[in-house]
Amino acid sequence: MRKLSDKPLKSFPGGSSVVLGKDMAHDSAIKHVTGRALYVDDLPEPPGLLHIACGLSGIASGHIKSMDLESVRSAEGVEDVITAEDIPGDNDVSPVYQGDKLLSCGRVDYVGQPVFAVAATSFVLAKRAVKLAEISYEETQATLTPQDAIENKQFVLPTRTFSRGDSAAAISRAENILEGEQMIRGQEHFYLEGQISMASPTEEGGVHVFSSSQHPSEVQKLVASVLGLRINQVNAEVRRMGGGFGGKESQAAAVACMAAVFAFRNSRPAKYRLSRQDDMVQTGKRHDFWNRYRVGFDKSGRIEGVSLELAALCGCTADLSEGIVDRAMFHADNGYFYPAVSIKGYRCKTNTVSNTAFRGFGGPKGMMAAETMLDDIARFVGRDPLDVRYENLYQAGRDMTPYGQTVEQHILMDMMKKLEKDSNYRKRRTEIEKFNHQNKFFRKGLALTPVKFGISFTAAHLNQAGALIHIYTDGSIHLNHGGTEMGQGLYTKIVQIVANVLCVSHERITVSAARTDKVPNTSPTATSAGTDLNGMAAKNAAEILRKRLLEFVQDAYGVEMDSIRLEDESFLFGKDRISFDEVIRGAYLARVNLSANGFYKTPDIGYDKEAGTGKPFFYFANGCAVSEVIVDTETGEYRVSRVDILHDVGNSLNPALDKGQIEGGFVQGMGWLTTEELLWDSGGRIISNSPANYKIPTAYDVPERFSVALYDKPNPVETVYRSKAVGEPPLMLAISVWCALRDAAASFSGYSKSPPLGSPATAEQMLRAIKWARDQEAAS
Amino acid sequence: MDSPVDQTVLVYLRENGLVGTKEGCASGDCGACTVMVGSNTEGRIVYHTRNSCITPMNQLAGNHLITVEGLGDESQLHPVQQQMIAHHASQCGFCTPGFVVSLAALVESRAAPTREAVLEGLSGNLCRCTGYGPILASGLSALKLEYRSSLGSRRLIESLGQETGLCQFYRRPLSEPDLQKDILENPGARLVAGGSDLMLEVTQEFRSFSALIDLTGVNELTEIDEDAGFIEIGAAVSYTRLEKFFLNRSKPFLDLLRRLGSRQIRNVGTIGGNLGNASPIADIPPVLLVWDAEIELVSSKGKIRFIRADSFYEGYKKTKLKKGEYIARIHIPTMTVKHFHRFYKVSKRLEDDISSVMGAFRFAGEGGVIAEARIAFGGMAEVPVRLKKIEKMVVNRALDKELRARLREEIASELSPISDVRASSGYRLEVAEAMLMRALDEFSGNERINITELELDA
Repeated sequence: MRKLSDKPLKSFPGGSSVVLGKDMAHDSAIKHVTGRALYVDDLPEPPGLLHIACGLSGIASGHIKSMDLESVRSAEGVEDVITAEDIPGDNDVSPVYQGDKLLSCGRVDYVGQPVFAVAATSFVLAKRAVKLAEISYEETQATLTPQDAIENKQFVLPTRTFSRGDSAAAISRAENILEGEQMIRGQEHFYLEGQISMASPTEEGGVHVFSSSQHPSEVQKLVASVLGLRINQVNAEVRRMGGGFGGKESQAAAVACMAAVFAFRNSRPAKYRLSRQDDMVQTGKRHDFWNRYRVGFDKSGRIEGVSLELAALCGCTADLSEGIVDRAMFHADNGYFYPAVSIKGYRCKTNTVSNTAFRGFGGPKGMMAAETMLDDIARFVGRDPLDVRYENLYQAGRDMTPYGQTVEQHILMDMMKKLEKDSNYRKRRTEIEKFNHQNKFFRKGLALTPVKFGISFTAAHLNQAGALIHIYTDGSIHLNHGGTEMGQGLYTKIVQIVANVLCVSHERITVSAARTDKVPNTSPTATSAGTDLNGMAAKNAAEILRKRLLEFVQDAYGVEMDSIRLEDESFLFGKDRISFDEVIRGAYLARVNLSANGFYKTPDIGYDKEAGTGKPFFYFANGCAVSEVIVDTETGEYRVSRVDILHDVGNSLNPALDKGQIEGGFVQGMGWLTTEELLWDSGGRIISNSPANYKIPTAYDVPERFSVALYDKPNPVETVYRSKAVGEPPLMLAISVWCALRDAAASFSGYSKSPPLGSPATAEQMLRAIKWARDQEAAS
Repeated sequence: MDSPVDQTVLVYLRENGLVGTKEGCASGDCGACTVMVGSNTEGRIVYHTRNSCITPMNQLAGNHLITVEGLGDESQLHPVQQQMIAHHASQCGFCTPGFVVSLAALVESRAAPTREAVLEGLSGNLCRCTGYGPILASGLSALKLEYRSSLGSRRLIESLGQETGLCQFYRRPLSEPDLQKDILENPGARLVAGGSDLMLEVTQEFRSFSALIDLTGVNELTEIDEDAGFIEIGAAVSYTRLEKFFLNRSKPFLDLLRRLGSRQIRNVGTIGGNLGNASPIADIPPVLLVWDAEIELVSSKGKIRFIRADSFYEGYKKTKLKKGEYIARIHIPTMTVKHFHRFYKVSKRLEDDISSVMGAFRFAGEGGVIAEARIAFGGMAEVPVRLKKIEKMVVNRALDKELRARLREEIASELSPISDVRASSGYRLEVAEAMLMRALDEFSGNERINITELELDA
């Protein structure tokens, strides 16, 4: 028998084991601030490493007539050049439906589509070489807008509708009817770490892939498929990402596959890192949406019937657009009851890069339709938009969503009333009206908007997770789970959960990189459910171990299981106190299995996508925000002057991390709706292709007065310690900024009309809205 | 140490195992690669931040280079690192080293513990996760702590690149005669000062330079003098130094400088670079046009000629600069700086963004009557332009409604800006009009404040 370690464990103080609900620092915080946290590009480069660059399509639609790669092949440093024919297995790297080619097979569908690839001895030499290709195309007519796609009936997937009652009849019966339309632009993820992967051949003839991916299992599966291997010959590893935001859910896979193909062909390690510009041109973004609505309502602004059409610019393939447009439709009610409703979702096929997941996953665009409509109704009936929002909130008896799920927890009214009071909404509303009346060059705007966001993957099978825990003989604990860390603090929360179950200090626990050979068949870390799913799986594994340890103590010390308590790294019974370390050593010697895997699947959900009814969500996360803005009425420039947020995370597992998600999500949403403008030219080339011309918020854009409060109420459904998901919902709180901007412009019409305003509400769009409102007032 | 002449500090660091400094954009826009550079200024080491992704490594000869790894480690964290942890100021962590270095530079320079100072120091750092709140709080807390620098004990970077054995040419002349000799010796060499534009050819277009002449050491080009009725600014004077010089001389110019690029860019970018680069959207040229500045060009043989700023530009990205010539100094009449002047900038984002429209106005005169007018715009044509017709229209006239209506018509007929990623033609025109009206208002005593100056006491 090997000698057990009996060294005192200096780094395992027997401190408080109660870490749940505490502001524990991010597990990598020290590494982040000292520059020691390693991202894929920071890993030591193995000898002989190949660096990859892709040659990209220069046109939006057509066929490659000829491709001369001779000068590319003979360029300095080039070791290998491939086209689609050189891919050993399947060239298709789509996540769900077919269509996403690793390399073009002759047809090109967007500017920036990879058509060939080069591996060279350095990144720069690879980038120089791809420029030398001579490609000629036969161009065909490109479709670039959702309007054109609808007219040409070009869709990546069939159009779907959900409806309840006869909305057309309800609308025409109503006292008032309004119609509107709105273009909402997408958003570039701008994760600070661009897409990257490094692959190395293994001695089994497979590959090991380091990837910056939210979905290692899909990377593993697609790499195997592209190489013509079995899944068990490929291992994917993700320690951390420098931001993901949905952009690395499906679209990290192609990057990993490309690295794997070169590693496999050349029996050499290969790295594919996208330059910032390549990333902005070559990878998908948040979808543009063109929304139209028709609504009937009474004189108080209460909605009687709604008809909504949401048209998403999906780009050239389906990618994840099925679920994204579904989720836009699921959130086109936001927190409001529509007595009779029809919601139609188009998935428009265009000659642009295939758009993909982005924090909110379609939800924000559905919600924008609802909030725009609510403001329009309020101005029409001459009430404060907040009161019209109250008028229409879901409540008992008026609680059925358009897709047939009942809203069971009615806390939005209470949250909004509380925020209204705490933020002095009414008083500020009066003061702002006075200010606007007196001020010639500046106008202020104010808005309080809610968020109700459904939690669960709408594809039910994805709502599962696994975890793996080992306890070693010195009492140290190794934890692994299927979730990936992209900054949200998932690893930290899961350590807190496991520490809580085993009543040990978090310092005993090490979380290791997500690896497909540790926890298999994982779902992407997405839909805000990372903690809900993986936390439950880890809790399950920890509980299995806890039970085994209790059984061991029961047998070894002859005490009743019920009389044993776990507390502060000890097992307590009678007057005895046995340390965790001692129990572990004893359990090992007694041949107790100190490794367990845990599993979780979300209960009680199911949705029939063909019928458009069911219960897609386990529960809803709620929040509300009030934002105030001030606008220069001559240039349209503006600043956000104050933000107050009240958000529902159930029982917070870690308030500091949750507030970080709320604040960060809000600012990211604010960027989406204000300064981040994706633009293409008439040839389908993206012209917002660098941080010099695509502007995400800076620190200056965030107001000093920015308060975030957590709504203190446990989740009524049984999630991990009754917490709620927090990743995505706060992004949509920023709709309050957009509504406040429109409110400022509407002041010029005496608040009687809502100016047309798309998103992002750039200074230019604001000036246009102000002008419209001024013209209305002048005309009346 | 050997380094190819066009190798950036970022590439050098990462190839040598110092991977804490990150590449986020390789264009000086995100700040993930921020490093601190200490240079000997009047006998003491002064630290400033810069984007290592667009800094030639050779430029750092004789300086301290401080990366995130050099600030502190687990056993001894820098106060900024401590505060960042305490405030939960990192999420994904990728931008974090850049923020740590920017904040540490504030601590090092004993900046005031104010929100304004911290914002200013972070103007070139993007974070996509946190929403910045905790980072600002960390900076404020760190600035309030007692701090004793230990950076001064580090060793200087040896001279680099003179003998690289790569048949490359990197010169850092210390005087104009030496600069002229270097240009004569290698007329094809590119001139580099801040590198904030030039180096993009390397990092974005993957070109290579084999010969660079670094202007940052040329004494005469790095001086600002004021005498004989002129302010003379060396072409290699950075924006940061301009900010200091104009602190009590021109509030409008100071405000403009604070919206030009970021802290990191202003620390390196130069007035000569902004001119020579001849971009139609550069912010400095319209200022020089209305201040009646003259540009002093010097040839490699020492021949000097002066060109008025308003005739320096010949076309899109084209200037009167001849081969072998360099921009030496900018001469601004002191009197014009004392006249009423206003510079208005509109951009999509308020901070660190390129102008959609930049308007510059100077009016001499009293009692609401303009005796001499200069009006110039950037972002409205292929080159920065002066609107001479409009200038004539406002001189010695009542600035009344009728004139204003005619001015609006005239400006619309004189300017035909393009639509691009920053703004549409129509918006540019509207804004230009509004700027002109505002300048007239302000000259008439109806002062207005910029949106950036508002106290947000909601």
